[in-house]
Amino acid sequence: MRFALTDEHRGFAEALDDLLGKAEVPSVSRSWAEGDLSGGLDLWRRLAEVGVTALRVPEEHGGLSAGPVDVVVAFEALGRHLVPGPYVESVVLAPALLAAAGDAAPALPALEGLADGAAIVTVAAPPATPFALDADAAQVVLRLDGAALSTAAAGELRVSVDRSRRLFEVLPGEELVRLDAAVVAEALDTAALACSAQLLGAGERALATSVEYAGTRRQFGRVIGEYQALKHMLADVRVALDFARPLVYGAAVSLATGSADAPRDVSAAKVASAEAAYLASRIALQTHGAIGYTEEYDLGLWINKIRALVTAWGTPAFHRGRVLAAITATTA
Amino acid sequence: MNLDLDERERAFQEEARAWLREHVPAEPLPNMDTPEGFTAHREWERTLADGGWSVVSWPAAYGGRDASLLEWVLFEEEYYRAGAPSRVAQNGISLLAPIIFEYGTAEQKELYLRPMADGTEVWAQAWSEPEAGSDLAALRSTAVRDDARGGWVLNGQKTWSSRAAFAHRGFGLFRSDPSQERHRGLTYFLFPLDAEGITVRPIGKLDGHPGFAEIFFEDVFVPDADVLGTPGDGWRVAMSTAGNERGLSLRSPGRFCAAADRLAALWKERGQEAPASLGERVADAWIAAQAYRLYTFGTVARLTGGGDIGADGSVNKIFWSELDVRLHETALDLLGPEAELRDEGAAAGGAWMDGYLFALSGPIYAGTNEIQRNIVAERLLGLPRGKR
Repeated sequence: MRFALTDEHRGFAEALDDLLGKAEVPSVSRSWAEGDLSGGLDLWRRLAEVGVTALRVPEEHGGLSAGPVDVVVAFEALGRHLVPGPYVESVVLAPALLAAAGDAAPALPALEGLADGAAIVTVAAPPATPFALDADAAQVVLRLDGAALSTAAAGELRVSVDRSRRLFEVLPGEELVRLDAAVVAEALDTAALACSAQLLGAGERALATSVEYAGTRRQFGRVIGEYQALKHMLADVRVALDFARPLVYGAAVSLATGSADAPRDVSAAKVASAEAAYLASRIALQTHGAIGYTEEYDLGLWINKIRALVTAWGTPAFHRGRVLAAITATTA
Repeated sequence: MNLDLDERERAFQEEARAWLREHVPAEPLPNMDTPEGFTAHREWERTLADGGWSVVSWPAAYGGRDASLLEWVLFEEEYYRAGAPSRVAQNGISLLAPIIFEYGTAEQKELYLRPMADGTEVWAQAWSEPEAGSDLAALRSTAVRDDARGGWVLNGQKTWSSRAAFAHRGFGLFRSDPSQERHRGLTYFLFPLDAEGITVRPIGKLDGHPGFAEIFFEDVFVPDADVLGTPGDGWRVAMSTAGNERGLSLRSPGRFCAAADRLAALWKERGQEAPASLGERVADAWIAAQAYRLYTFGTVARLTGGGDIGADGSVNKIFWSELDVRLHETALDLLGPEAELRDEGAAAGGAWMDGYLFALSGPIYAGTNEIQRNIVAERLLGLPRGKR
């Protein structure tokens, strides 16, 4: 057993941090929210160059056949840097659905296009995911109802608290194919895992920003980070994130090994990462005070994203229910 | 990144499981902080030792199995899953022994380790004092040099000494250099609790049993042979990495996972009549126990790779101690009006309430969780020490 990232994983994470750290992503995200997709699409191409879009595409179709652990590494970086776009849909969900559909749905884009980043696909999967994220950035909009995969058209744009999440109603189109239910379930679990990793990354960023601010902001003659009340809140965030992370990686290992416990483990990861990230966002706001509450200050972008992701890809109640069902089915 | 066990580890796990299945007492032992319970738990330690399972991570020369850190975690999982008794020898085995291995003389190893491993001698810790709790470095008990007799004379008072009411020996820190303050000038001593000049006064815990005690020292002579490490170096010896790794910092996840599984079983039995919100709490308790288990595997990977635990031990302690309380609170709320019962007719013989009362000590001992949060904030997050 070695429950730790390999050097390759660390290298991948560093490469992504390096690329995204220089990309002024908060400003890209603000433009994306206003419908100016150019900066975000440029970022999509650059992330494709380092392999992000190819992760889940099979090698024979020009992809990397990467496992769920790599997905977690990548999506933690996407969350940490606030990258906008339908990454969960196009990078995680679509390759699984397209590979499963195979020749049965010739109208779908080729997997090769997903891998090299040329094709962007978004997917609505009601009831947990009723809207198609960023449909105006995608060439293809799909809708998944149970195991039935259909084409869909983007309808009305709805407004999310995270304005960089451009949510579109979907108008049902033609049913393309009925997929293997087990494949669909695994694909949706991997999507929920990717969302958990995004939450983890966003939570880490909210904590780091808060610690930095608490170390410089002065009130009553001293740096506010000296106050024990603040220290204890921030310590609680450190604890929550440190114990959510192994659940996220543990779920990735369960998916990678095809464990029967994978749905339970993904749900545990989603519950814990959402709770930890949400705590991080609340404490970040409290640490910053009024400046954190402004539209202008970037922290709010993370706060709103975390709030949106908490209920995305399965609400906490849904995932707790799955955990409870699984653990009471296996104990005597 | 994987969670796979190799052949040796699986064999170890299966051997432990099989042995425990055969030897764990069918009926729970009486509480170990009662005279009859203390005796019964020492006998259990003897049984464990005879099977070679009392100190799996120790060298074979001292009754262990040279188990790796991971194997130790696996053993603990099996131990608690089997519903085996609490370890009356725990303080000695997990707090003192690693320090004897690192700093002890050949004579100390020979004299103390084997009797500790088989329950012949139970050790009590003597850290806190009336004016030195979480602020342990404020301790005032003294050790004065006695060159004529070749040793030290101890005076003062220790308190909250777990197991001391019935134990045979104690270990703790004393100020051996009155000119030094705080962490300097302390020495680590070992002493028999029936030594001349020692008075032990048992203290009842919240559960009514004398699980800890005050120890009064009045001119107690301790020979040089019972100084652990170098005189004056006691703080460093007591806080050494080895002691923390396998002791309190790396608290085995087995206990919490087994309790979480029992909680799930309780929900299965009684959940139909309970509100859904309690079900969510059951799920949360299980998730937290699982998080602790996986976190521990991550720590094992880091330590095995040569890293040390450092201030992450504080993150760990905050999490497990609060998880333990929440887990038991959930079970009690699920038991409803019967939860308060502790008699023989109580559900599971009152085990959930006993476990709850035990869990309540977690956020306090080994440095309260408030102290741990200061450590996390200052050493891990890098916030300024300043005024609190």
